[in-house]
Amino acid sequence: MGEYVIKLPDVGEGVAEAELVEWQVKVGDLVREDTVLAAVMTDKATVEIPSPVDGEILWLGAEIGDTVAIGSPIVRLKVAGEGNVGPETGKVEKAGKAEGPAAKPAAAKPETAPPAPEASPNVAEAPAKPAPPPVTPKNSARPDVSTAPRPEGEKPLASPAVRLRAKEAGIDLRQVVGSGPAGRIRHEDIDAFLARGPQLAKISGLARNEAVEDIKVIGLRRKIAEKMALAKSRIPHITYVEEIDVTALEELRTALNKEKRAGAERPKLTLLPFLMRAMVKAIADQPNINALFDDEAGIIHQHGGVHIGIAAQTPSGLVVPVVKHAEARDVWECGAEVNRLAEAARSGTATRDELSGSTITITSLGAMGGVATTPVINHPEVAIVGVNKMMVRPVWDGTQFIPRKMMNLSSSFDHRVIDGWDAAVFIQRIKTLLETPALIFVD
Amino acid sequence: MKEISCKLLVIGAGPGGYVCAIRAGQLGIDTVIVEFGKPGGTCLNVGCIPSKALIHAAEEFEKVSHMACGQSPLGIRTAAPSLDLATAVAWKDGIVSRLNSGVAGLLKKVGVKTVHGWAKFRDGKTVEVETETGVQVIRAETVVIATGSASVELPSVPFGGPVISSTEALALSEVPERLAVVGGGYIGLELGIAFAKMGARVTVVEALPRVLAQYDAELTRPVVKRLAELGIEVLVNAKAKGLSTKRDALLVETATGKNGKIAAEKILVTVGRRPVIEGWGLEQIDLDRAGKFIRIDDQCRTSMRGIFAVGDVTGEPMLAHRAMAQGEMVAEIVAGHKRSWDKRSIPAICFTDPELVTAGLSPEEAKGLGGEIKVGLFPFTANGRAMTKLGEDGFVRVVARADNHLVLGIQAVGQGVSELSTAFGLALEMGARLEDIAGTIHAHPTQGEAFQEAALKALGHALHI
Repeated sequence: MGEYVIKLPDVGEGVAEAELVEWQVKVGDLVREDTVLAAVMTDKATVEIPSPVDGEILWLGAEIGDTVAIGSPIVRLKVAGEGNVGPETGKVEKAGKAEGPAAKPAAAKPETAPPAPEASPNVAEAPAKPAPPPVTPKNSARPDVSTAPRPEGEKPLASPAVRLRAKEAGIDLRQVVGSGPAGRIRHEDIDAFLARGPQLAKISGLARNEAVEDIKVIGLRRKIAEKMALAKSRIPHITYVEEIDVTALEELRTALNKEKRAGAERPKLTLLPFLMRAMVKAIADQPNINALFDDEAGIIHQHGGVHIGIAAQTPSGLVVPVVKHAEARDVWECGAEVNRLAEAARSGTATRDELSGSTITITSLGAMGGVATTPVINHPEVAIVGVNKMMVRPVWDGTQFIPRKMMNLSSSFDHRVIDGWDAAVFIQRIKTLLETPALIFVD
Repeated sequence: MKEISCKLLVIGAGPGGYVCAIRAGQLGIDTVIVEFGKPGGTCLNVGCIPSKALIHAAEEFEKVSHMACGQSPLGIRTAAPSLDLATAVAWKDGIVSRLNSGVAGLLKKVGVKTVHGWAKFRDGKTVEVETETGVQVIRAETVVIATGSASVELPSVPFGGPVISSTEALALSEVPERLAVVGGGYIGLELGIAFAKMGARVTVVEALPRVLAQYDAELTRPVVKRLAELGIEVLVNAKAKGLSTKRDALLVETATGKNGKIAAEKILVTVGRRPVIEGWGLEQIDLDRAGKFIRIDDQCRTSMRGIFAVGDVTGEPMLAHRAMAQGEMVAEIVAGHKRSWDKRSIPAICFTDPELVTAGLSPEEAKGLGGEIKVGLFPFTANGRAMTKLGEDGFVRVVARADNHLVLGIQAVGQGVSELSTAFGLALEMGARLEDIAGTIHAHPTQGEAFQEAALKALGHALHI
């Protein structure tokens, strides 16, 4: 019998570390070759780590949410025959104190990993237990608080000294459970109340819910959080909202979709490909909009290729698949690429490459798009175009109100490098193109 | 016109007012108290204290008179005693005046300035006091109204001449031969019993079907029995209609509609007390009212910011110890402490013969809460100490919840039971259960053992009955 150490493989070019987002096994599990052991996440892609051999899991080297360096040992397996850890090949680097199978997880944790968050009490009592279960939110509700302190309308019972203390501490005794005889509130109950804060009390028919659920921000959520904080703290946003009359565009789109039936492999067109093409055209006039601003180096990388990120909601959160080189795709190709990427993002199969490299971003919530939004720029880009909900609104044509299909664009720009004037010109150009969609197709 | 300003101004130096001022002084609050009469209010000057002095004198006299009849089981024989009421009243006045200066001294000790005179609000922050040396204007950040209460007058028998209130009754120099008492509440009975013991022929006229009507009949039965023993005639369902033309008799209308005439040198009217809400400028500040009383919240705040009210002027029960507790609380609130009224019981005592104590809920009130209750009653006939004091009438009664045995109320009637009020109040405030009282060793031989036994009785295992 030998021991086999699995190290975190290189999961993408230039990636030095990855965040462990999921364990699919636990200590004691028997695994076969190619059984998926864990999932780690790099900048944007999630990568599954398969087992290269058959064996039994002895040790898991990281907790969910830990950032693990490439090459760090993450799993130890007991395998038939010799493992990859021989006495002479030496110990596992860093973690290699190799105390054997019984090593406590904490002791064997790779030093490169940040310290695990404080163990919850039940884990602390049984440190030798197997690795933590996947993402079980810590429930902070107290076990003895399931009932109201006393029947409705009944006065709390406490001695004058206890009452005085409660009054001075600002405690409403009606909220305090009394542990004394006949439900009398004792000093100890005040201590306990102060220690754990207010509890559930039922005064009216409506119960207060004081429970707090601690949810670890990990994986994609953490990435989103970091990204948003970065964007909002670094970039002074200017948001510009303009109304677009898309009646003509909708007529054209409907006509094209009808025509498509006769034709070959053309996707059903949404509004997005038209917007993408309009942006390509507008960017041709204002290339500074299509750029990445390296604010630390003080350099604006103005890109020739228009790589449009399409912000998409997936079950695990926001991802931004990228339509590369939109300037080289017509509306149908744009449409087909959007559909493909959206599907890949939703199913979680989008590659790292497909999820990075954008130079400008579109965000759309479709029917949920609202009247106006304040989109957050996808750092280090300098512009983001937000699509709001399309609806029929009355429009004054000079003599009467006529129903028109109207839609707002809410767009944000990095005011450090894009002036308000330039932002307005850019959106007005898009407006002109979308309102007279034929212009999109002529050069 | 002189003007002073202070942080706290207390109007009225009765139990509510002076306690408030003393506590405020202790807390370092710049305090002024205004009083027209002597410090101590009704309680000290013309209420609790002087009446207890006179009641004590009457009791002593009655004991000796009883012995003089030659029937004392104690074997004490003596000649018929005599009573010089003027001396007794002077002794009583001595006690009152000692307490007057005691209160004045306490106020001075903690740095409270006393202004003698009649206070009148000019606005919510300013009060004018007519003093002997002129008008004093006092500006205060906070004002406490503690103006107290006064005897209610009956329109049919207005005060004056033979018609007296409790105040005059406590200052008589002679025992009236015949005394009519209008109103069979606790004040009328306390004084009626005292004068009967001092030798007056007393008739009590009560409009309701029984005396001490706010207490249950079981509790008042020993008192009613004693009234008869003392030769006090009680007319219930009877109304005082006026004085006879010679002003030597009270005209009454009885339950059957018949008119009667009760000959009496003095007619004591004790039909209740009313809050003193006139004469000090209530109209200038227009406070919300609760009936006749000034409306207060659970911190004794009135409807006007910065004005508190304590004591009888704020409503029932009009008892000195309630006012004191309110006054203390208000001083602490003014000092910035977090306080609110959270008392579980305000015990009440009738210094009748026998005495009567109530704390918390009566059995009827407890039933009104909706839950099952347990009642335990232990009679003094089974209490050794009561026997040795010739005080076998009466009992201690405990009312508790049936489910968790929480004590809801305690009542007692009997000789000297007023002192048991301490234990009753403590039991209620501490949230005692029957087991707590039953499990406390009560010293033997005392009347207090009846309290423990009553709790045991409610639990179903009294030992001495």
